[in-house]
Amino acid sequence: MIHVAQASEGFFSWDWVVNHLDDIWARTVEHLMLTAIAVAVGMLISLALSVVALRYRWTYSPITWFTGILYTIPSLALFAFLVPITGLSVLTAEIGLVSYTLLILIRNTVAGIDGVPEATVESARGMGYTNRGLFFSVELPLALPVIIAGIRIAAVTTIGLVTVTALIGQGGLGFFILRGLNLFYSPIGTTQIVVGTVVSVALAVAVDLTLVGIQHVATPWSRRRAAA
Amino acid sequence: MIEFLGDVLAWFGDPDNWIGPSGILNRLREHVQLTAAATVAAAILAIPPALWLGHRRIGGTFVVAVVNIGRAIPSFAIVVLFLPISIRLGLGIGFWPTFLALLFLAVPPMFTNTYTGVAGVDPDLVEASRGMGMTDREVLTKVELPMASPVILAAVRVATVQVAATATLGALVGWGGLGRFIVDGFSVRDNVLVFAGAILVAGLAIFLEVLLGWVERRVVPTTLQSRSDVVESVVA
Repeated sequence: MIHVAQASEGFFSWDWVVNHLDDIWARTVEHLMLTAIAVAVGMLISLALSVVALRYRWTYSPITWFTGILYTIPSLALFAFLVPITGLSVLTAEIGLVSYTLLILIRNTVAGIDGVPEATVESARGMGYTNRGLFFSVELPLALPVIIAGIRIAAVTTIGLVTVTALIGQGGLGFFILRGLNLFYSPIGTTQIVVGTVVSVALAVAVDLTLVGIQHVATPWSRRRAAA
Repeated sequence: MIEFLGDVLAWFGDPDNWIGPSGILNRLREHVQLTAAATVAAAILAIPPALWLGHRRIGGTFVVAVVNIGRAIPSFAIVVLFLPISIRLGLGIGFWPTFLALLFLAVPPMFTNTYTGVAGVDPDLVEASRGMGMTDREVLTKVELPMASPVILAAVRVATVQVAATATLGALVGWGGLGRFIVDGFSVRDNVLVFAGAILVAGLAIFLEVLLGWVERRVVPTTLQSRSDVVESVVA
């Protein structure tokens, strides 16, 4: 009896964690998949729209205006709008998640390429680079640190937003948070909130560090400059 | 679809939905108050240390990494997590769990942008300022701060808009605000209410974006404007 009383006053139950390791792993994998798809699709769309915005300057305002509106729509509402059309599905979650990555990714891609020094662009042109060559061999690589900074923000933001999709039956680790919300008065509830949060944060940190590593390898020149 | 939008319009046309404690006007007041409180508190917490560390150019990678952990905590999780904590601390449901969650959300981008804005000022420029005999304080206030101001103000604008959008989640833990319409709409499966709530929150966020964009153009030194306009002109 004493044991039970203590448990009901506790905040965290290791027993619950040990008994649900399979469940936690499965939700973590689901979480990672939802994030990876959203960021990959978001980056492809953003790259295409950034090219359009850089080629035709007047389109940048309407593009960021539109993606800015998508970004400001509360996730709860955006998912709710989609449910009548695409149901309580992965597709509903992904459409919402991709929508939220666009503003960050487009801004950073365009800002990164805009940030390439004029002198460098002039030199490349002087060396005979065509528009296409200039973009892929000079501007895009030099913009990579800023673009990857955008991907890092988008990935970390998406990992957070995935938890909200629990409200439409997806959610990855958000599943535990939502179930915990309904049981917040009991240690079983708070344990699930903590597990959902901690594992989600760990996932975000791991993904962020991985992207830092990728940038480190992909842009050796910026490393040398940082060291100087 | 047309019928649905007609229903939404009719909802907005009903005066009963505007007045009283659960009316649009009171929910808007709650939403704006919470957004302002969380954003101002976040700016006070984030910007001064970021200015100093950026000026010293110390601990960059480490500090940004630590603060990114804050960024990595889902606001949904924080709102929910602070519910039992808040109750145990005697702060109750509603305002506090929501406020603390928004603080967690707003501090990291303000901090990192201020830091990178100041630390990213051309070292030659800083060197030249020192050569002209400027003190440490003068270098920070007369050179680094104005040079970094477009980035800092952009960060404040982005954080404010994000706070306003995310304050919606407070409705899940008993806070009011405009999120109330969406969460209530969810629980009674009323898409008109959900849609109306989304319009209100998005409308508020866009208004804040425009307002703060205007402030930015007023405050940022004219010599830095062309640059910040290219990168940051969003809702024109």
